[in-house]
Amino acid sequence: MEITLFGQIIQYAVTGITIGSIYAMVAIGFNTIYNVTEAINFAQGEFVMLGGLLMVFFRVGLQIPTVLSIPLTVLVVTVVGMLLNQLAIKPIRQPSVLSIVIATIGASFFIRGIAMMIWGKTPFDLPPFSGRNPIPFLGAVIQPQGLWVMGCLVVVVIVLTIFFDRTIMGKALRACAVNPNASSLVGINVRFMVLISFALSAAIGALGGIVITPISLMEYDRGAMLAVKGFSACVLGGIGNFPGAVTGGLLIGLIESFGAGLISSGYKDVFALLVLLAVLFVRPNGLFGNIEISKIKKF
Amino acid sequence: MTGQKQSKTDKTGIQLVGFSLAILLFPFFARQVSFFEHYVDVMVFVGINSLITMGLCLLMGYAGQISLGHASFFGLGAYISGVATTRYGMDPWVCVFLGVFVSAGVALVIGGPSLKLRGHYLAMATLAFCIIVTTVFNENVAITGGPDGLAFIPGISLFGYSLDSVTKYYYFVWGVVLAVLMVCLNVIRSRVGHALRSIHDSESAASSVGVNVAKYKVHVFVWSAVMASFAGSLYAHYLNFINPSSFNLFVSIKLLIMIVLGGMYSLWGGIVGAMLVTFLGYEWLHYFEDAEVVVYGLIVLVIIIFMPGGLASLPEKANRLWAERTDSSHQSVKPFVQ
Repeated sequence: MEITLFGQIIQYAVTGITIGSIYAMVAIGFNTIYNVTEAINFAQGEFVMLGGLLMVFFRVGLQIPTVLSIPLTVLVVTVVGMLLNQLAIKPIRQPSVLSIVIATIGASFFIRGIAMMIWGKTPFDLPPFSGRNPIPFLGAVIQPQGLWVMGCLVVVVIVLTIFFDRTIMGKALRACAVNPNASSLVGINVRFMVLISFALSAAIGALGGIVITPISLMEYDRGAMLAVKGFSACVLGGIGNFPGAVTGGLLIGLIESFGAGLISSGYKDVFALLVLLAVLFVRPNGLFGNIEISKIKKF
Repeated sequence: MTGQKQSKTDKTGIQLVGFSLAILLFPFFARQVSFFEHYVDVMVFVGINSLITMGLCLLMGYAGQISLGHASFFGLGAYISGVATTRYGMDPWVCVFLGVFVSAGVALVIGGPSLKLRGHYLAMATLAFCIIVTTVFNENVAITGGPDGLAFIPGISLFGYSLDSVTKYYYFVWGVVLAVLMVCLNVIRSRVGHALRSIHDSESAASSVGVNVAKYKVHVFVWSAVMASFAGSLYAHYLNFINPSSFNLFVSIKLLIMIVLGGMYSLWGGIVGAMLVTFLGYEWLHYFEDAEVVVYGLIVLVIIIFMPGGLASLPEKANRLWAERTDSSHQSVKPFVQ
């Protein structure tokens, strides 16, 4: 099949949106915790890595069917997320944003080290959920798994929107994001909400890891780079802003993919970051960030 | 109260003299036991890292500005020294100052717009700078040697006296560290130090009493970049080999860990943190082999959980505890006296 320029551009766009969806999911995880604690959880990338590797363990190692191993993986990673909060974040005696951030960095080393001892340094493959037959699309081809990735992002966004708008717990989380002190005055248990936010973002991270592993494989040290990319996405959209996280993630993915395809693959990280810097210098609080809100934040 | 203040100023002097003596005598004692002999070599790297962390303490602990980009200034110094000496045959000292000037220029250019950002946004901007610089080191193979690095960087000499042994370099590096420490200690006691601390507490309050917030932030950023670049040149001329992985984002994060674990609210914290993390990385963690990263993570967690002020806050805490204890013993003695 001859590949036209148009087809090539579509191809870059599809690749960019696929990888961008993962960045968006990492960024959503960052936001969930940021909104309650004002800190960035640098172990977010490790959730993605754990999601991918545990899924391989359940699906390939134990031969558990996909339908069952997905919830199982998400459950285990969610427990890891809650443990992270209980063992590393909650015991900090004088929590400041910086001490929480350093604690999550320490925890990410710990998790990465444990993963290396369990799985070793080799990357693992996972069979795609619905075959490897590429689907032709406007002169380009889409991997079926890519559709799973995008679908997963859409589902996460819809479920989270319902959760934050329609449930008491979601509303309590939003209240903590606006003002933790005032929320505790009206009877919201802020410490419990922090725990919930860690559980939620661990689950989102695990989902991201599960769907991306069949495309890009997964190994123990993938988390750090994913965290950096997700953080860029998060900042580009404006930290704490969910539509911003999705837009930021997709934009970073697209810039990377087009930069690598059309200009130079060695500099692909640089293009996205240059755009990010340019945006920050014009809008210091990201694309959708609010200056008024960021002024009342401690950090 | 005045007496207390007096004794506090005296203590800094005593600390400085005690520390200098310890540094002076360390190689003599280390050489007695063959197990500790190579600790002198590790201490050279501790000194190099201390130069960076002292700058970072001023930037983060005193002025409250986070930076994840200082590994890049460290790298700029190292690469300018490395490239200019090996490819253009320039004198090492000319290269050191060339690196310092370039880094100061770069810090000035990116510091202006970056330091308008706050908190996580500033962290992201400096992080982006760090990744961009590392990519440039990696991709410009013709100039920097790419991922394979740059070898055969010449050593450096001081007033015609070649610093060709580990011990000589040790004294050279720590001499620089002590000089910089003294300058920094004076800076934080001056008006500038008070201005920086007021920026840390509240930028709007600082500017309302006439502190030029933007100017001070850029100045301290440039100063810390200059120190990192100088450290980079010393690193390149000591190791004679550099590659991009010594200056990437993870080095920036390591520097951050150093000052948080050491305690970023005092310059001593920067040195203590550099010492702890450097020895962990070069020496102590190797005993754990595969579990190295796990233990490292645990150490970071334990210190941050139990000593939020860092290791440098321990003596003060012990003093306070001691004072409380003696106070309470006085009180318990009183009834008997009565």
